[in-house]
Amino acid sequence: MDIRRRRILQLLGLSAAALTVKPVYDALAADPGAARPKLGPGREQLRAKQWVMVIDTRRFASEADVEPLIEACHRIHNVPRFELKRWEIKWIWATEYKHAFSGTSSDRFLAAAVEKRPFLVLCNQCENPPCVRACPTQATFKREDGIVMMDFHRCIGCRFCMAACPFGARSFNYTDPRPYLKHTNKLFPTRMKGVVEKCSFCAERLAEGKRPACVEAAGGKIAFGDLYDPSSEAHQWIRKNYTLRRKVNLGTEPAVYYIV
Amino acid sequence: MKDKRWIVTGLVVFLLIVLFPFWYNRGRAVPPPEVKLTEKAKAEKECVLSRDYMKAEHMQILDLWRETVVREGNRIYTNPKGREFVMSLSNTCLDCHANKAEFCDKCHNYASVRPYCWDCHIENPKEAR
Amino acid sequence: MLEFAVKGSKRYFGWMIFLLGLIGVGFLVYLRQLDVGLGITGMNRDVSWGFYIANFTFLVGVAAGGVMVVLPYYLHDYKAYGKVTILGEFLAIASVVMCITFILVDLGQPMRVLNVLLYPTPHSVLFWDTIVLNGYLLLNLIIGWNVLEAERNGVHYQSWLKPLIYLSIPWAISIHTVTAYLYCGLPGRGFWLTAILAPRFLSSAFASGPALLILLCLIIRRVSHFDPGWKQIQSLAVTVAYAICVNVFFFLCEVFVAFYSQIPEHMDHIKYLFVGLHGHGAYVPWMWTAMALMALGIILLVNPVTRKNEGTLIVGCLAVFFGCWIDKGLGMISGGFVPNPLHEVNEYIPTLLEGLITIGVYGLGFFVLTVLYKIAIGVKEEVRA
Repeated sequence: MDIRRRRILQLLGLSAAALTVKPVYDALAADPGAARPKLGPGREQLRAKQWVMVIDTRRFASEADVEPLIEACHRIHNVPRFELKRWEIKWIWATEYKHAFSGTSSDRFLAAAVEKRPFLVLCNQCENPPCVRACPTQATFKREDGIVMMDFHRCIGCRFCMAACPFGARSFNYTDPRPYLKHTNKLFPTRMKGVVEKCSFCAERLAEGKRPACVEAAGGKIAFGDLYDPSSEAHQWIRKNYTLRRKVNLGTEPAVYYIV
Repeated sequence: MKDKRWIVTGLVVFLLIVLFPFWYNRGRAVPPPEVKLTEKAKAEKECVLSRDYMKAEHMQILDLWRETVVREGNRIYTNPKGREFVMSLSNTCLDCHANKAEFCDKCHNYASVRPYCWDCHIENPKEAR
Repeated sequence: MLEFAVKGSKRYFGWMIFLLGLIGVGFLVYLRQLDVGLGITGMNRDVSWGFYIANFTFLVGVAAGGVMVVLPYYLHDYKAYGKVTILGEFLAIASVVMCITFILVDLGQPMRVLNVLLYPTPHSVLFWDTIVLNGYLLLNLIIGWNVLEAERNGVHYQSWLKPLIYLSIPWAISIHTVTAYLYCGLPGRGFWLTAILAPRFLSSAFASGPALLILLCLIIRRVSHFDPGWKQIQSLAVTVAYAICVNVFFFLCEVFVAFYSQIPEHMDHIKYLFVGLHGHGAYVPWMWTAMALMALGIILLVNPVTRKNEGTLIVGCLAVFFGCWIDKGLGMISGGFVPNPLHEVNEYIPTLLEGLITIGVYGLGFFVLTVLYKIAIGVKEEVRA
């Protein structure tokens, strides 16, 4: 190669590098003295060390008992309904005992009542969540109050979290969900195609001092509270009753308890 | 340099293509957009921060808001004058600026900016609540 | 050296135009996928990774397989491989290009892919996969290009390349190890939750990668004046023979552990793949085909008579390559997702559209491979003349 040509290229490269200096300097030298706005939680924000849900399955006898809870959740969170099973999205749904507790409990015979009882399943908001470990962008992360949250702005749609979740709690937007919404809750966003979604223990309602929508719709059949607060209803239910959690053997520490 | 002719021709064609928008629109100036404020917005006089700041940097504050609300769980923004706002694009910003088409879209279209906010955030929560 | 790639016979340009056609079709279908979303594929809520990730996994293996010529040449001074190392390195480059493209077409929001670097997350295996794959691509580009240029100029390659070459050897192992860790570190996916997954991936890599390399060498012998050498091909064939034996052995270890322990979570995936589960068994014929192909490969390649016969060698290599492709490309990913965590069976069948995108990505890979090989062969022919 002609030595002068190489020299020119080197100079061009150096000048390009020099051009980047000023913006970087400006950014670092941003005015520190200006009056700063404050960011904080609302006054009604409910707090906990680890939110938990305790579902008293004895009080859910049939589909009719769980349907309103599912509907309440899916309605306020703008969860679409697809004809095509492949595209299905669900945050909370009901299944049989043998599916809810597959792997940990494969009893040949069950109490007849339990066998047919609908078991609500949803994101377990694990204390040690594998989905959070797997996510390459921290789009799914654990909040201080234990909620495993999705940042839809940051999700790249790699679906590693779906493979990591041992409870099948996550859904992916295989297409734009908006045309498939029958009703829209105007106060809550929808999602866009290409991101993963799941239950968030109604983080947006906790901020306003309200309990999760399904808990409210359950009318006392589900307790919600701080696992580590002995005075919370959820803690007391767990203390008073024999409870099960899904796949505890995996060490994810699910925060949804079932009284059977 | 026996290929000089071809190199020059190639460069000219390249420049013509790259500069297409400039020579195609020469001599014409599209008037800058005029955004309309709703009565409610007019009555407020000032937005969350000063008008100049909002004009130039509203995307910065929206980015701060979404980061704070989603990731830190904080939802209340207190501006330097001490006024509180719930940090919500659909429910706070669009409460005043209910005329998205006349307000947001006008500038965005002019500048050919296509923010994907509206893929998820609902354009006007006031409608048909 | 790029000038070698723009000069060539009619047949060369015909092949390149054909590949461009495949890329074009794949790209058009990809535009549709960008518009509609990943819903155009057969993936669903349960089987949330499909053909793209499966082919990605397989091709990481092919890329890592290149080390099977690099290692003997540089570490053990096996001189004969001097002629083919560049082919191994360039095959690795083309494979990694395909891997990265497969990851990109699999993303729901591809325009946000740089978030992986913007928010680096060391506890995510995918973050490390990004690093090792791009690092391997870079290493092979630097090493391959400089060594080839040195050969052309009739000098020894630069001394600073040596540490990079040594680094590239463990790096090749790392790319497939990290790719296996994507799967085997996930709780509740019994099929993947096994410490032997990374070794198993590597063994199939060292079978399928060199098998493809043998086939490519045989093609190069036919279409150019450069002969990679029969001795080299035979050495590679021995590597393939033992790697595929080890791969099948590892698989049988899996089968033993799952079925002797009788733990349903580990057995059910293998049952689904080989005999069907709860009446679903779309993969059953494919998996048995894979087993038959690998067995055929072992018979033809371990036996010296058939290994040394060009005709049976070709059949053996094809059998190994496609056997591994079905095993890893079809079974490994789908099999891990079925049955789902609630023990329900929802099958995944790829759609035509995702097939076309997949073919487009392969077209891109072979385009890159052809350009690189054209250059390498051009240099070799020039040096010889």
